[in-house]
This record gives sequence, C-alpha cells and structure tokens, in this order.
Amino acid sequence: MQRRFSAFNVVSVALGLAFLYLPIAILVIYSFNASRLVMVWGGWSTRWYLALLDDQDMRDAAVASFAIATASAAAATVLGTCAAFALTRLGRFRGRASFAAMIYAPLVMPEVITGLSLLLMFVAADVDRGFVTVTAAHTTLTMCFVTVVVQSRLAAFDRSLEEAAMDLGCPPARTFLTVTLPLIAPAVIAGFLLAFSLSLDDLVIASFTTGPGATTLPMRIYSEVRLGVKPEINAICTILVAVVAVAIFAAAIVSRRAREGETAGLPAK
Amino acid sequence: MDARNAMSAGWGARLVLWAPYLWLVAFFLVPFLIVIKISLSQAAIALPPYVPTLDLAAGWSGLKTFVAGIGLDSYRTLISDDIYALSYLKSLEVATVSTAILLVIGYPIAYGMARAPRRLQAVLVMLVILPFWTSFLIRVYAWINILQTDGLLNRVLADLGIIHAPVAWLSSDTAIYIGVVYSYLPFMVLPLYATLEKMDETLLEAAADLGAPRWKAFWQVTVPLSLPGIGAGALLCFIPITGEFVIPDLLGGSETLMIGQTLWTEFFANKDWPVASAIAVVLLLLLVVPIAVYQNLQMRSVEGGS
Repeated sequence: MQRRFSAFNVVSVALGLAFLYLPIAILVIYSFNASRLVMVWGGWSTRWYLALLDDQDMRDAAVASFAIATASAAAATVLGTCAAFALTRLGRFRGRASFAAMIYAPLVMPEVITGLSLLLMFVAADVDRGFVTVTAAHTTLTMCFVTVVVQSRLAAFDRSLEEAAMDLGCPPARTFLTVTLPLIAPAVIAGFLLAFSLSLDDLVIASFTTGPGATTLPMRIYSEVRLGVKPEINAICTILVAVVAVAIFAAAIVSRRAREGETAGLPAK
Repeated sequence: MDARNAMSAGWGARLVLWAPYLWLVAFFLVPFLIVIKISLSQAAIALPPYVPTLDLAAGWSGLKTFVAGIGLDSYRTLISDDIYALSYLKSLEVATVSTAILLVIGYPIAYGMARAPRRLQAVLVMLVILPFWTSFLIRVYAWINILQTDGLLNRVLADLGIIHAPVAWLSSDTAIYIGVVYSYLPFMVLPLYATLEKMDETLLEAAADLGAPRWKAFWQVTVPLSLPGIGAGALLCFIPITGEFVIPDLLGGSETLMIGQTLWTEFFANKDWPVASAIAVVLLLLLVVPIAVYQNLQMRSVEGGS
C-alpha cells in the first residue's frame, strides 16, 4: 500500500501535538518557579512542593480523592466488564436496546445533569452524603467507559480458545478465570485506569453528590483557582499530571508484555 | 456453539447482565425520574428544600396531597425570565461554533495521523489520548496561566511587537472557545482517525487515474467516506459542550452564562432545586435527539467491528 506522509500532514500533526502539550508544559515549568508572582521567572525552586506538604486541607483532599478513585474504579471495572460481556455474548436478549442505551448515554451526558439527578436521588432516598455517595456516582459514570474499552476487546476475541477449554471438560467458571480473563486483562486494566483517572478528575459530579468531610482534590483546586493563579496550584497540578503519566506508561508496558506473551505462546491467527 | 449455549444458560450469564442493569436503573434511570418529579414541585424553606414531598407511608392520601401540590411553576419561571432562554441559546451557540472549529482543526490532524508510517501511528494515537487522561480542570487552569493579563500570551505578543498594551483575554468568549477547543480536541481527532485509518487508499488512486484533481478527490471520496467519524466526533463534542460548566465558569465572562452555569447557580447559590431540575429537563429535551443518534452510531460501530 502506498501512503504518502506529506509535509502538510507532518506540519498539521506537529502543530496539533504542540497545541495539546504546550499549555501543560508551561504549567509544569512554572510550578518550579521560585517567584510568588506566577509569571515572573525567579529561578528554579521546589518551594511550592514543600509548601504543599504543610497544607493539611490539600492533603486531606488528596487522600479522599485517591480513596474514592480506587473504590469507584474497582466497582466500575467489575460492573463495566459484566456489561461488556452481556452486550457481546448474550446475543439479542430482550431489553438489549434499552440496556445499551443506558450504557452509552452517560458517556456524553452533560455532567451537571448526571450530578444533579444523582444528588436528588440520594436526598429522596435519605442517604447521608459523603464518601459513599461520591463513590457510587463515579462508579455509575466510569463503568460505562470500562464497558466500551472491554467491549471492543471482546468483539475481536477468538472464541475457539474458550470452546477448546470447555470441550476438554473445563467448567465455564474456570474457563472464564483461566482462559478468558487473562486474554482480556489488558483491556480490563486499561478500563480500570481510565475509570481511576476520570474519578480523580471529576469536579462537577463530586460537587453535587458530596457531603461534609468528603472534599475531593478537584473541589479543593477549583475553590483556589477561582481566586486566581497560585504557584502551589501549579505544583499540585504537576504532581497529578505525573501520577497519571506514570500510571499510563505502566499500563502500556503491561499490555505490551501481555500482547507479546500472547503471540509467543499461541499460534498466529 | 455448545460453549455459547452453556454460557448464556448459566447463572453466570444472568449475573453478568443483571448486576450492571440494576445498577444503571438505580443510579441512572431512577434519578432522572426524580429530577422530573422535583421539577414539578415548588421551592420551599424546608429540608429537603421543596414541597410537596411524596409520602409513601401515608398511602393513598399521601399520594393525593402530592398530586394536588405539583404544578408547572418552575417551567413558568423558565419562560418568564429571559436569562434562561439566553443561556440555552448561548450554550447551543458555543457548542455549534466550537464543534465547527474542532472539525476544521481536528480533520487535518487526524488525516496526518492516518497517513503517518504504521509504526508511528500507535505512538501518535497514544500522544493524542494522553492529555485526555490528565485532569480536565488542570488543562483549563493551564490556560488561565497563559491568558491572564500579565500572562505568557500577552508577554510573547508584546515582545513580538504585535500588541502594545496587554489584552484582557480572560473573561471573554474567546477564552471560552480556546478552552473548549483545547479540552475537546482528542474527542474529535480520535473518531476521525479511526475512520480515516480504515480508508482504502486505492480509491484515491482510482480518482487520480480518472483525472480528478487532489482537492476534488478529497472532497468527493475522502470526506464522504469519513462521514461516520465526522458524525461521531461532532456528537461526542457537541453534546457535552452544551452542558459545559467548568470551562465557561473559569475562563468566561459574566454577561451571558451558559446553561450549565445557570443550573449550577440556581442549585448552589439560589437553592432553587425545582428550577434547577426544570433547567435539566429542558436541556435533556434539547439534547435527546443528538444523544439518540450518538447511541445509534456507537452501537453500530461496535457491532460492525465484530
């Protein structure tokens, strides 16, 4: 196949990537600025990172955010993977269309609507708002993203391996654990990480569904940002970017290993 | 085939379906019904701050008092004051214009990615996805650093001699558009890339052999073939942008609010839950067609892939 990667193509891709990365790069660089005036360069310094360590509120918010992200991503991974199986494996069951609609709607639903509706439900059900309600809300949003990720992997899945295991007398549950799950693991891990980072990131839904004692990191950052740019905020944002970047590279390595293992151990299709 | 039947008949299949199904009914569907119910109530100084509340324990009489108490007052409020209509219009305008800008910027990027050498493509996709994983809030905040009056953009422009006095970029529609286009670019590029990457290059060669100039081949072959990607990208941007809160709140001005901000203010500042609910219901009605089209595209793209 002849593909021409013309100068125009190169320039548009390069400009696009520059546009995507420059603002984040500027933020990272200025987080190491010694000057309190954010845009006046005063030399390299890590003082704002040290200042963060003393900020009790920020630390509490970080702990709450990580706890919520871990719990909701775990729940979302289980529910989302189940939903992906239901959509790809159960054929045209009754209610499939409405089920698929409920899976795909939260992906594009404006967050203010999701947040408001969940809050009103929690109030109507007379649930105390806090850690549990934010976690449930994030699970609802992020499980749909997990479903989409896992579903695309399952759609390209070679069923004959499962059938072979079952023909050899392996019970369905064990087939799932020993054959299916290892093969879809990269997608499940990617789904978990996506759910985790979406939860860590969310401001709107958390603001609606939270209660006393469960202020998340984005809520904390938001209230500071409204008052203007602060070097401490540049520092905390840089840390969050670093955490996400490390997680993604880890996931990329894991999934590459898995893919190599898969092609090494199995005959090519 | 045996395996498939064994799977779908077992308890596992039932669990796999019912766990997510019930979760979504409880946390996605039922909440919407409650929003509709509360949009028919009246704001009150009470806990929760609306009347009437449905008292199921009181049985039939409880239901009767409830039905007698509901009404369309919140929707009348939405009609009686211009700010709501203006907010909806502003949101639709921002969503339409920025989706168009995103398409114009995103298409050449996706096209370039699709034509890059195979080995490079996976890296490029990763690079486009990566910013999507870093916090939305952080990415919007990064622009405050750049756009503020003593920020980087004004300094660069002043050094280049393009401007002589600092320009107030923040608190303007320009800032909203920059923020929206920046935040949603991956959502536009990725679906476009997915369709362009699958395109059969020989069709373009055929067009060239038949004497079509390059622009004509692009317009009559490439663009029509990438319509599913254009549709998916446009909807993936348009729908959430319409309800966007964070970007206009941090970057925009205070003259005309987008509807997400209006809903937020009614809820958090004015504590008027019924009006906030009515705003949500009307917003959902505006978006119900695009959402249905999006669901359809998504279902077809996944099922077509298997």
